[in-house]
Amino acid sequence: MPIGLKPVADARSRQFDDPRLQEAWQGLDCGFAAVADVFADCAREALGALTASQFAAYIEAARGLGKLGRGAEPMLVFLQEWPAVVGAVRGDALAPVLDLVRAMQKSPNGGAIAGFLQTLAPVARRLQAIEQLELYLDLVRDLMQRTSTSIHGRHITFPSPSLPVFCRQAPQLLGLLSLGGLRNWADYGIRSHATHPERQEEYFALQSADSRAILQRERHGTLFADVERKLELWLRALWREGEMLVPYSTAFDEIRQPMPYWDSQGMRVPDVLDDALRPGGRVSGLDRYRAVLAHMAGHRRWSSPQIADNWSPFQRMAVEFFEDCRVDLLLVRDYPGLRRILLALHPHPAAAGCDPETTSCLRHRLAMISRAILDPDHGYLEPVLLDYVGRFHALLAEGPSSTAEVAALALSWVAKTRRQSDQFAKIHFTDTVIDYRDDNRQLWRFIEEGDEEEAFDEPRRRSPAEEPAALPPRRYPEWDYRSQSYRPDWASVYEALHPSGNAADIDRLLARHAVLAKRLKRLLDILKPQDKVRVRYQEEGSELDLDVALRSLIDYRSGSMPDPRINMSHTTAGRNIAVMVLLDLSESLNNRVAGGGQTVLELSREAVSLLAWAIDRLGDPCAIAGFHSNTRHEVRFQHIKGFSEFWDDAVKGRVAAMQAGWSTRIGAALRHAGHYLAARKADKRILLLLTDGEPSDVDVDDGAYLRADAKRAVDELSAKGLTTFCLSLDPKADEYVSEIFGQRWRVLDRIERLPEQLPMVYLNLTR
Amino acid sequence: MSNKEQFLVKSEPFYQAQGREVSLYEAAYAARLPVMVKGPTGCGKSRFVEYMAWKLGKPLVSVACNEDMTASDLVGRWLLDAGGTRWQDGPLTTAARIGAICYLDEVVEARQDTTVVIHPLTDHRRTLPLDKKGEVIEAHPDFQLVISYNPGYQSLMKDLKQSTKQRFTAFDFDYPEAALEARIVATETGIDEATAARLIQVAQAARNLKGHGLDEGISTRLVVYAASLMRRGVAANDACRMAMARPITDDADIRATLDSAIDSVFG
Repeated sequence: MPIGLKPVADARSRQFDDPRLQEAWQGLDCGFAAVADVFADCAREALGALTASQFAAYIEAARGLGKLGRGAEPMLVFLQEWPAVVGAVRGDALAPVLDLVRAMQKSPNGGAIAGFLQTLAPVARRLQAIEQLELYLDLVRDLMQRTSTSIHGRHITFPSPSLPVFCRQAPQLLGLLSLGGLRNWADYGIRSHATHPERQEEYFALQSADSRAILQRERHGTLFADVERKLELWLRALWREGEMLVPYSTAFDEIRQPMPYWDSQGMRVPDVLDDALRPGGRVSGLDRYRAVLAHMAGHRRWSSPQIADNWSPFQRMAVEFFEDCRVDLLLVRDYPGLRRILLALHPHPAAAGCDPETTSCLRHRLAMISRAILDPDHGYLEPVLLDYVGRFHALLAEGPSSTAEVAALALSWVAKTRRQSDQFAKIHFTDTVIDYRDDNRQLWRFIEEGDEEEAFDEPRRRSPAEEPAALPPRRYPEWDYRSQSYRPDWASVYEALHPSGNAADIDRLLARHAVLAKRLKRLLDILKPQDKVRVRYQEEGSELDLDVALRSLIDYRSGSMPDPRINMSHTTAGRNIAVMVLLDLSESLNNRVAGGGQTVLELSREAVSLLAWAIDRLGDPCAIAGFHSNTRHEVRFQHIKGFSEFWDDAVKGRVAAMQAGWSTRIGAALRHAGHYLAARKADKRILLLLTDGEPSDVDVDDGAYLRADAKRAVDELSAKGLTTFCLSLDPKADEYVSEIFGQRWRVLDRIERLPEQLPMVYLNLTR
Repeated sequence: MSNKEQFLVKSEPFYQAQGREVSLYEAAYAARLPVMVKGPTGCGKSRFVEYMAWKLGKPLVSVACNEDMTASDLVGRWLLDAGGTRWQDGPLTTAARIGAICYLDEVVEARQDTTVVIHPLTDHRRTLPLDKKGEVIEAHPDFQLVISYNPGYQSLMKDLKQSTKQRFTAFDFDYPEAALEARIVATETGIDEATAARLIQVAQAARNLKGHGLDEGISTRLVVYAASLMRRGVAANDACRMAMARPITDDADIRATLDSAIDSVFG
C-alpha cells in the first residue's frame, strides 16, 4: 500500500438484485458508499416517475454531478430530489438545471450547488409549471452573477454571499410571494447591499428590517394596510364599531397560524388575506376581512362571557361552535348579503368523511352541525343532527336568544352524541377549520386560576420606562430611481430645537443693514394687504353705483352712448401665505466667499435675519429650520423659528448660534419640513430652500440617487399643494437645480449680496 | 291682493310629525316669535315650514340663501327704467308688507353682514328700515320670519352670529327613528314598509360614517329618491347606488364601503 494515502472503500462493486438497477449503477460509475446505500430506493422511485429516456438522462446527469469534485453531496441530493421535481412541474427541466449547475461550477460558487439542488423540489412544488421553474433558474443565475465579486481585475474571485442563503429561503419565500414579487425582493437586496457581504447575507436570510418591509410590500393577496380605511369605515357604517384594527403577521409563523381575536387593545386581524377559492365560490380578500370583522362585531354585540371552570374542554368547544353559529345566523338576519360570503367560507364536510372507530370525530361533527345550521341545503340526513338543528332554529325564532341558552343546547348535544373515540389522540381536522371565526377568548371567564403551566394572559410586569432624552426619530422613505420604488423608512430625521446664542449679535447685524431695511420697509408697506376693496365700474355687481348710474342715465337721455358698467361690488384683498425657510447647514457653508472675509454661513445668517424681520413686518406666518446629515441614519433637523413664534430674542439667539457641519441630504429634510408646512391652513404655502450645493451624503456614492430623491420629494410636496422654491448659492447649480426644482429656482451668483437679495426675492415671489 | 295669492301653499303637503313640533310652532306663530329650524340636510325642515304655512293659511315667501347674496337681494334695490330709477322690493320687504311667513333657507350660506339686515324685524321693533330709499316699513301683523340652517357644516367660516341666533326660538330636527322614517318613505313613494326599512338600514350605515369622511349621512330625501326609483322597477342595488351612495361622496373607500353595505343589506 502506498504510504500517505488512506484506503477508500470503493462502492463500485456494490451488487443490486434488480438487473435494471445494476445496469444503472454501472452507468453511474460512482464510488461513494453513501450513495450506494440509498441508490436502490432513489432509482426505484425514479423508475416509477420517469420515462426510460428520462431515466437514462437522470443517471447520466447524476454521474456528471458525482465527478464535479465536490464530494457525494450534490449527486446524492440530485438523485433524491429530481423525481419529485419532474413530478411537480410535469415536464423535463433537466437541461436548464444542468446548465445552471455548470455555470455555478465554473464560477467560485460551486459550493452552493448542493444547497441549490436541495430546495429545487419544494420550489418546483410551489411553481407547478416548467416555464415558471425556468424563470426561477434565471433569477438564481442573475443573483449569482450580480453578487459574485472581484476585488482586483475583472475575473470574479469571491463567491456570492447571498446565493446559498437565497436557495435555502426560496421555498418559504415563494409561499408568500409570486415569482415576480420574489424577483423584486431579490433585486432590491442585490442593489442595496451589493457592496456589503454581511448585510447582503442578513437581507437574504430575512433578518434585516428592510428585507421584511420589502417582503411585506411584495406579498400577494389583499394587504391589510391597503384596505385598512375601507374596513374601518365598513365596521363603523354597519356595526357602529370604532375599535382599533391591529394586524398580526402571518408571514413568519409557519407552525401555528394565529387566529383573529379581540381584546382591550383592538381587533386583531391577519396582515394579509388571499382570495379564497372554495367550492362555494370565490371570495375576495376584502370580503374575507369583512367576514372576520362582521363575526367579531357580532360577538361583541350579542355574546356574553360564560363561566368556564366547570366545563370540560370538549364542552367548551361545542359551546363555542354553537355560539359562533348563533352569531353568524344573527349576522345574516340583519345583513342577508353576508350569507353568500359566510357560506362560501364555511367548509362543507362530507358526512362520511371521518371514521369514528379510529379517529376523534368531535370537530367533524361540530363542523357538520355548524354547516347545517347556517345552510338549509346542507344535505345531511343524520336524525340527531337534524333534531338539534331544528331545536337551534326554534331557539332563535323569537329573537336573538342568548349565549347561556345556546350553551345549554350545546351541552345537551355533547351529552347526546358523545363517543368513546372522542378521546383519541388522532383528531380529524380536514374541513373543520372555519377561518373567519375568531378564537373566542372573550367568551370565557375563569373564576379560579388555571393549573396550566403557561399562563399567557398573566399581566406582564414591566420595568418603569426611562424618559427618552430626545424626540424619537421620524423615518422617511427615499426614492430609488434605479428601481423606481421607495426604500421604506430609509432616512431617520432627528428634530431638535436649535441651541441658543446671543440675540444682541443679530440686532447689531440688523443695525448694520439699516439703509437696506429702510428700503425694504417702503416695499413692505405697498405689499401689506388692505382688507375690503370696493370694485367699481362693473356690468354685474352686488349693488347699483348710484353716481355712475345717474351719469349713464344722463348720457342716455342726452343721446350719447351710456356706460353699462353701473354696478359695484366688494372684494377682500387678503394675503394668506405661510412660508417655511429651510436652511442647508452643511460643512461647505464654512467656506469663505471669494474676495471677502466673510463665510457663507455669516452671510446666510445676515440674510435670514433680514428675511425673518421682513416677513414678520409683513405678518405672514413663517418658520425657519436648518438641516444637515451624517448618513441616512442621522439627518438633523433643527427648529430655529416656529410658525407661532414672534421674531423675538429667543429666535434671534438661535439664528446667532447657527453652526455648519456634515452633509446635505435634501430629500429627507424637504419631506420633514413639508410635514409641518402641510399642517398650516393658508392659501399659499411656500417652502423656501436656501442651499449652497447639490444634495450629497457620505454614504451615497451615486449623486444621481440623492438628486432623484430630492426631485421626488419636491413632487410629493407639490402634490400636497406646497410650493417649493430653491435659492442656490452654487454658481454651478444650473446643471442640476432645474432637474430637481423644475422652474422654481434662482441662483444668486453674487453671494456677498445675499443679505439684500434674499428678502427681495421673497417679496417678489409673493407680490 | 293677487300678489299675496301667489305665495299661498295650494294643497296640503305630506308631513309626518315626529313630536310636538306642530303645536309648538302654532304657539310661536301666535306670539309672532321668529323661528329657527336646525337639522341635517334632507330631514324635512323645508317641508315642515311649508306644511305650517298651509296649516295656518298664510303666504310663504322662500329665499334660498347663497354666498353671493347681499343685503340688497333681500331688502330690495334701485333699478333703472325708462323714467329714471325705480325701487324694487326684495323678498324680505315683500313678505313684511303682505304679512307672509318669510323663510330664509340655509341662512348660514349668506354672508354674516347680510344676515344683519333681518335684525330689526326680529325683535320688538318689527320694522324694516330701507336706508337707501329713506323709508321704514312697519311689518304686517301676520309677518313672521323663519330661518333654517344646518349646524353640521364642517366649515368654521359658516356660522351664525350670536346676535342673530339670540333673536330666534329654535327647533332641533333630526332624521326620524327608523320605523317612523320607513313609514314616511313608504307613504311618500308607495313602496312597502319592509323594503323601506331595508333602505333606512343602508341610510343609517352612511349616517354612522358622519365625521369619518362623510360630512353628512344619507338624508331622508335621498332615501325617498331611491324608493321612487325602485317604484319604477329599478333593482334595489342599482337604485341605492344611484340615489344614495353616488351622490354623497367622491371618496373611493367610502363608496366601496357603502356599496358593500348595500350588498349586505339587499343580498
